[in-house]
Amino acid sequence: MNGPPPSAFPTFGAAKGDQADALTIVGLTVAYRSRGREREVLQDVTLRVKRGEAYGLVGESGCGKSTAALAVLRYLPRNGRVKAGRISIAGRDVASLNADALRGMRANAVSMVYQDPGRALNPSLTIARQVSEAFEVTGASADEALSRTAEMLRRVRIASPERVMESYPHQLSGGMQQRVVIAMALACNPELLILDEPTTGLDATVEAEVLDLIAQLRAELGTAVLFISHNLAVIGRMCDRVGVLYAGKLVEEGTTADVFAKPRHPYTVGLLRCLPREALAKASGRLDTIPGSLPLPGSIAQGCIFAPRCKLADERCLRDAPPPYRIASAHGDQMARCHYHERAHMLPRSTEEAPAYVANGEDQPLALSARNLSKTFRVGDEEVRAVHDVSLDLVQGETLGLVGESGSGKTTLAKLLLGLVSPDKGASLELEGAFLPERVTKRSDAQVKSLQIVFQNPDSALNRAHSVRRLIARSLSKLASLHGEAKEQRLHTLTEAVRLPARYLGSRTRQLSGGLKQRVAIARAFAGDPRVVVCDEPTSALDVSVQAAILNLLADLQRERRVSYVFISHDLHVVRYLSDRIAVLYLGRIMEIGRAAAVFDGPQHPYTEALLSSMPSIDGTHAKRIRLSGELPSAANPPSGCVFHTRCPRKIGAICETETPPCRDADDGHAIHCHIPVDELRILQRQER
Amino acid sequence: MSTTVAPQTPVRPRRFEALGALMRSATFDIGVLILLFWVLCALFGHWLVPHDPYASDPLNSLVAPSGDHWFGTDQLGRDVFARVIVGSRDILTIAPLATLLGTAAGTAIGLVVGYFDGWVDAVVGRVIDALLALPLVIVALLALAAVGASNTTVILVIGLTFAPITARTVRAAVLSERHLDYVLAAQLRGENALYIMFAEILPNVLPPIIVEATVRLGYAIFAVATLSFLGFGIQPPSADWGLALSESYTLMAGGAWWTVVFDAAAIASLVIAVNLVADAVQGVLDR
Repeated sequence: MNGPPPSAFPTFGAAKGDQADALTIVGLTVAYRSRGREREVLQDVTLRVKRGEAYGLVGESGCGKSTAALAVLRYLPRNGRVKAGRISIAGRDVASLNADALRGMRANAVSMVYQDPGRALNPSLTIARQVSEAFEVTGASADEALSRTAEMLRRVRIASPERVMESYPHQLSGGMQQRVVIAMALACNPELLILDEPTTGLDATVEAEVLDLIAQLRAELGTAVLFISHNLAVIGRMCDRVGVLYAGKLVEEGTTADVFAKPRHPYTVGLLRCLPREALAKASGRLDTIPGSLPLPGSIAQGCIFAPRCKLADERCLRDAPPPYRIASAHGDQMARCHYHERAHMLPRSTEEAPAYVANGEDQPLALSARNLSKTFRVGDEEVRAVHDVSLDLVQGETLGLVGESGSGKTTLAKLLLGLVSPDKGASLELEGAFLPERVTKRSDAQVKSLQIVFQNPDSALNRAHSVRRLIARSLSKLASLHGEAKEQRLHTLTEAVRLPARYLGSRTRQLSGGLKQRVAIARAFAGDPRVVVCDEPTSALDVSVQAAILNLLADLQRERRVSYVFISHDLHVVRYLSDRIAVLYLGRIMEIGRAAAVFDGPQHPYTEALLSSMPSIDGTHAKRIRLSGELPSAANPPSGCVFHTRCPRKIGAICETETPPCRDADDGHAIHCHIPVDELRILQRQER
Repeated sequence: MSTTVAPQTPVRPRRFEALGALMRSATFDIGVLILLFWVLCALFGHWLVPHDPYASDPLNSLVAPSGDHWFGTDQLGRDVFARVIVGSRDILTIAPLATLLGTAAGTAIGLVVGYFDGWVDAVVGRVIDALLALPLVIVALLALAAVGASNTTVILVIGLTFAPITARTVRAAVLSERHLDYVLAAQLRGENALYIMFAEILPNVLPPIIVEATVRLGYAIFAVATLSFLGFGIQPPSADWGLALSESYTLMAGGAWWTVVFDAAAIASLVIAVNLVADAVQGVLDR
């Protein structure tokens, strides 16, 4: 075990109280055994969650966050074991519990909420059955359990518990399912609630609602929370204190306010710089990244684990593992495992700051133009209109961001542009001024190569049976009609352009990290020198540091090659960073379209307003929150009049229910589909800032 | 721009990994040893056996096992040991070829049906269901009545009855592949359906096909033996085990157990060997 012995490592930031902490972890080291080798995935982790406190554990994938949660519950898989350290929940040592006591502790003292509520719920049991079960294990009778279930569902803000109780999980939306899971977790009135990425799979507006709910419940019940997330902004919003995990070590810890305002570890500094923040756009500069990649567990035996990726590292860092340094900060103690914690914030940037950005002229020719695109799917007897009468123009070299909740038709719209599905009658497409056939099979070779896509999930988009070389080479011969030596040469310029080291050419994709995979996918899309690339959530499966590198790459490629992007993302910061213009979709209709800055600054469509206020920000400054009530209506049966009227916080009256709103012009091509006049929207929204 | 630090440990390609895992499995090793034994017998047994397996010697018929005739002699006085040793020759030709035919045809059908979905799936799927309802023996009987008994007929009959079964497995695997984005990416590159099916999807559905093929091989051996026993399969004077059983099983009542037991044991050992291999392959590939 590295580092000082646990006894030399006092817990931070709290005076010793009479009551035991909700959770104390001291010197925890967990190892997994695979193929005869033992790898330490957590090393000497010490943290405490006080009663009623929300503690955030943040880190990128593979850093050991979930292992920590599993170890706390003694749920480690068979090949995992706690090598050293002590875990106690509410003063009771978890390791010493026998099977009965352990079951009792899981039933009464601690609960866990997982990432995917769809999987946490049993699909063949009604909600009433499975939630009341949680009460029954605490000793309630069946009748009592049912009545307490209804009460608990009301408590998690489910409006009609009776109806929900009779439902099966698949009949509920993702946000509703997560509420049910939270209700189950709270059934035993736990000392400690562990939330493992509870909102990661949810839409921004639903995420905001669930986070609100968790915050309110915490205020009401005083439950201590261990909140595990890769999302710094979410942690920033929800937690009092935060611990940053890197490669199995807790590298920094402190109050959320201190850590985010003045991080003391270069990793935290880098992580915070990777985030596209408000008002940051590709024109104003590139995002900083963290060079290198996460080391394999246990591969760094000497010195600081972050040293190989740290620009501040010197010989001392490579030689001596830094002990946990304690620093007194503004809001309490702060801990950093860095020899140079006092100058961590001076970490040099690893990317050049601001490239000479060529601003887009107004008179650029059109790359892609779509008129009256609609798409109706037939599901059983119902007609579902996924996209409704969308018209778009895309100028050469610009990025059009598409935002909207899931089910808003973003991906269908992308597929329509790409020719993967046929639009309904009456649509027309043009590529650089020339007629573009609807289906990709009818398009000319030049048109096919001009319109390419980067998919969301590279695991699905890259054929795992083919080598990286073959994946890219095939696109080169197919799209660029290159063969032999010329192809080989272009292959190398292309991999260089996407910063894919040549040694990976012979690998299969499963041997690559997520970021490298996405680089392969980008290289493939750029093989034929495309004019328009559709990016369908290209960074949503990636860690923030990798996301920053990919966003930089996309911006660089766009600047060098004057390519246009249709950029789909649910992350508004990301969209804001890369987009010149933004279109907001709701139920397959464009609600608002305009320059990115104009859409963000307002006046806004009420839906855009709600979307924007639902996004958590690490800067901690929040405009007045607008929450959407109710569920996304079915596209098979959209509301009359303005489709948004059922959830609109600014609904003005009957006109919203009966008449389709007009398209109002708010200057400079900024169009808002709303019954409220632009000036009035501007006044309404300014008042609430 | 960021420099990417590469993981320094080289990763072994998975195919060798799978082979290594197979070699480490005892069931696989035992199965392969038995199989190898019978293959060697089929190839070289002719030169190794002490007696000519086809020479009849009516004076020495039905001799019990002895120093001269280790497994005794059959009704016609032929040496049973020699016949058992070379008897694997036909079955080890016919069964793999039939399996190959069934797998190839089934894979092609399964790929097309799975890829095109829709009405192709509906029509071909029902035809496959209908074919699956026909028992092997009935099909064999019809085919033999139509074209006569020969090793080719046996291969065709077994291969074609196996094809729909493999097709069903392949179709299921293709269905889960074809909704992955790499298929869309290929379409967006302008690839034709044939390329997508065979170059993009096929490599990813190979594991279930290989598993299915090894399982089928076991069934094929069993089927050849059954057909030969019934007289629809391999024809005399071959030393085939199934044929030998049908010629001799009536002699069991007279106490000439050696004419039956060794052939039966040979069939059993071969089927078991193939199933051991199939089990191991399934264990490794279905992870």
